[in-house]
Amino acid sequence: MEYETVIGLEVHVHLKTKTKAFCGCSTEFGQEPNTQTCPVCLGMPGSLPVLNKVALEYAFKVALALNCSVQEFTKFDRKNYFYPDLPKNYQISQYDLPLAREGFLDVQTSDADKHIGILRVHLEEDAGKLVHKDDVTLVDFNRAGIPLLEIVSKPQIYSPEEAYAYLLALKSVIGYLGVSDCDMEKGSLRCDANISLRKRGVEELGVKAEIKNLNSFKAVKDALSFEAVRQEGLLREGSPVVQETRLWDAREGKTISMRSKEEAKDYRYFPEPDLPPFLIKKETIEAIRQSIPELPREKCSRFMKEYGLPQYDAQILTVSRATAEYAEECLRQSQGVNKKIISNWLIGPVSAGANNRNCGIADLGLSAALLIELVQAVETQQISHLTGKSVLEEMLRTSKSSGLIIKEKNLGQVSDTDSLKDEVEAVIKDNQKSVNDFISGKENALMFLVGQVMKRTKGKANPKVVQDTLRRRLTDA
Amino acid sequence: MDICRLTASELIEKLRHNELSPKDIVESLRKRIRALEPQVRAYVRLDNAPLISKLLETVFTPDPNKPLKGIPVAVKDNICTEGHATECCSKILEGFRPPYDATVIRKLKEAGALILTKKTNMDEFAFGSSTENSCFGASRNPWDLACVPGGSSGGSAAAVAADEAFLALGSDTGGSIRQPASFCGVVGLKPTYGRVSRYGLIAFASSLDQIGPLTKDVKDAAILLNAIAGYDSLDSTSVNIKVPDYTEFLATDIKGIRIGIPKEYFVEGMDQEVKEATDEAIAELRRRGAVCKEVSLPHTQYAIPVYYIIATAEASSNLARFDAVQYGLRAAGEAHVQNMISLYKKTRGAGFGEEAKRRIILGTFGLSHGYYEAYYLRALKVRTLIKRDFDRAFAEFDCIVTPTTPTPSFRIGEKAEDPLSMYLSDIYTISVNLAGIPAISIPCGFTSKKLPVGLQILAKPFDEEMLFKVAYAYEQNTPWHLEKPKL
Repeated sequence: MEYETVIGLEVHVHLKTKTKAFCGCSTEFGQEPNTQTCPVCLGMPGSLPVLNKVALEYAFKVALALNCSVQEFTKFDRKNYFYPDLPKNYQISQYDLPLAREGFLDVQTSDADKHIGILRVHLEEDAGKLVHKDDVTLVDFNRAGIPLLEIVSKPQIYSPEEAYAYLLALKSVIGYLGVSDCDMEKGSLRCDANISLRKRGVEELGVKAEIKNLNSFKAVKDALSFEAVRQEGLLREGSPVVQETRLWDAREGKTISMRSKEEAKDYRYFPEPDLPPFLIKKETIEAIRQSIPELPREKCSRFMKEYGLPQYDAQILTVSRATAEYAEECLRQSQGVNKKIISNWLIGPVSAGANNRNCGIADLGLSAALLIELVQAVETQQISHLTGKSVLEEMLRTSKSSGLIIKEKNLGQVSDTDSLKDEVEAVIKDNQKSVNDFISGKENALMFLVGQVMKRTKGKANPKVVQDTLRRRLTDA
Repeated sequence: MDICRLTASELIEKLRHNELSPKDIVESLRKRIRALEPQVRAYVRLDNAPLISKLLETVFTPDPNKPLKGIPVAVKDNICTEGHATECCSKILEGFRPPYDATVIRKLKEAGALILTKKTNMDEFAFGSSTENSCFGASRNPWDLACVPGGSSGGSAAAVAADEAFLALGSDTGGSIRQPASFCGVVGLKPTYGRVSRYGLIAFASSLDQIGPLTKDVKDAAILLNAIAGYDSLDSTSVNIKVPDYTEFLATDIKGIRIGIPKEYFVEGMDQEVKEATDEAIAELRRRGAVCKEVSLPHTQYAIPVYYIIATAEASSNLARFDAVQYGLRAAGEAHVQNMISLYKKTRGAGFGEEAKRRIILGTFGLSHGYYEAYYLRALKVRTLIKRDFDRAFAEFDCIVTPTTPTPSFRIGEKAEDPLSMYLSDIYTISVNLAGIPAISIPCGFTSKKLPVGLQILAKPFDEEMLFKVAYAYEQNTPWHLEKPKL
């Protein structure tokens, strides 16, 4: 009997507003504990929340980008529970009227396009952070009150790989909007996963486990893979799956039971009386919709159509907005050069340079014009591809143009047969064994000889010309 | 001249003519408080520290931008004053000194008022109608020291009645300004919800709470409301409507004003002497030219249950923050506390009084899974019906007149063991908070035992002008506000 895995993801994203959701405190990450607090985010008696309009605008932006229908009438609710990181012992959140629902996100996995439903999107405030030191626990409220967007998918994700792809796509869309860093390490994106198994063909969902403590996209995938196997094992031996919360232990590579839902909490939600419900004007929503830029999927298909790039290339080049905008500038400016060649450079050597510097290709400070000049030098065989790569490294280090570097270092490629003649003869003379190998039919030997010529010319020789010259010379002999 | 007997408006006049200095005023107030507090107990945490934490002028220099310059104001213990203890008369807030002023305090300081550093007594977290539920003990009614001053703003009302304060702030969630004003024979006004900022008022029930004045006469109430009313960007429920100068509405002519008398308020349980005083007050309003007619507010009978569901639900959530983590009481023996939960339990068990615990449990129950729809949600719907009753009434009438309370003040301890009969003493005041409308209580006579009776006037939202107009006309034609308790 075959089982189908069903996954739903609950993602929390910090919105990158300058100030917190309900007060004027800064949201900057990594400051001294409790230095970014005020009576409101500390929940001091008598203090009252005031909604940050920018947080609401960002929230609507994400909701619209996720194709949700947005609520014109929206309100906040209190979610009541006691925990020392929660200054008021209730969280301002949204319950029965989330600001948006019924959306979807189209996701690309290795084998197919997936259409994953979004159940709801709502705005809430983050809690503080507990810091455990020796035998005491301290509270840092810097994070308390930072606007948090909760995005809940429908249980329409059918494998850990799809879950991974969903997170990548979500991060990409939100990144395009510029409303969050979506950095799991800094805690600006957090994810809980619900997973259950059911017999293939059955409509009804199985008993689910909720997995917490997922600190990276990879952890999400690994934890879900582990959990799918664990649950399948239980089902196959006829044991019931318990509805519970499980923690992912990345070091051990397994999930551990945390608490069963029998002690499910009653959050006693009720409308937040300190924030009156509000009606968002249609025009406001329209204006926010207009401000949404071209999103990764649209950009990807446009890159394919407009620049004739393969899907693989277009996808890589559109993963972040900055990368895409930089790539597009290069593609646009490169008159007369094959767009695929530009793409190869961007995905290959330029990306490698960016990776080494821990940044994106748009942050390298390499202007499109300079990159194109370099590509053209290679394409017109002024320098070899190999030399091109080292020239690029030099450009990134010194900000000089490729033309200047080629000139200064005398790297111009030698394509003239006559000037290569001496080197070719010398190599033939020194490598009689390889020459004989080639003559007796070992094609590989020729490449070895080409390599030797390249070595003697310090890479300046045009390898194509060298190869032709050698072949002509040896087959004639 | 006995300075303490003067009203705030009289003080302002005398300061302007340099017949008095702020130092004189505070000095005589200090003497009065020292002499009377052993009996009245209107203030809490009294010690030898100065009443005013700033240098006092010995010669008054007027400032047109500071209409309350040199006038002391007493403040209820649930309104935050920067650097000075604000404890809601609860053990759980022991030692809490807010690092900020409530918006009303900031405005009063800007108007030149002198904020008393010692707060007035109240029922713990404003939970009560007698000021008996205070961790500092009960306040007394200046008209009969064996009786309660009402509550929860009983300290403010008693202080004003005993001439231990000129102006006082209270808060009103279900009658907590008007009921003690009525019991103590002073003026108490609950503004429209949203008229006065709640920022810095330690919340009881956020959708019902309003800060308002307790004063010796109607004119002083207008002067104090002028200073505290207005939109505040720190309170999302405050409303951005222009604040008029309320003293301009202190006219004596109420000819043609249409007054509704709600028949549902004149039913069993009303004290005979209260009824007679109210009837006589209505007759007086008629004599002044007002047109008084019966009106129906059909959902009145549901006000108390609706109120206790909504108010306790909000309170249970508002009071969750008192958990020993950041401020206030941390239960003794913390070293032996096993975990967070037991710290919460110990602290909250020791810090909250009986009535606070009762309301937290009631409110928690009303919001619980499976009960929310039957209680809280239903109560919200009935609240809307109560509000509509008033909308309909105000389509026909300029204001509504009722007794403030069904009985005069009762004896200390008389209702302490019977929370339900205590809850019923707010029966005429609660609907006003549920509907969010403004109301004022003014003295309208005395019982045979010389206990004050109050008259309540209700108006439509943001029509405090109407309250002042009718209240002032009545007051200027009656002697009640001029009488003083014998102390």
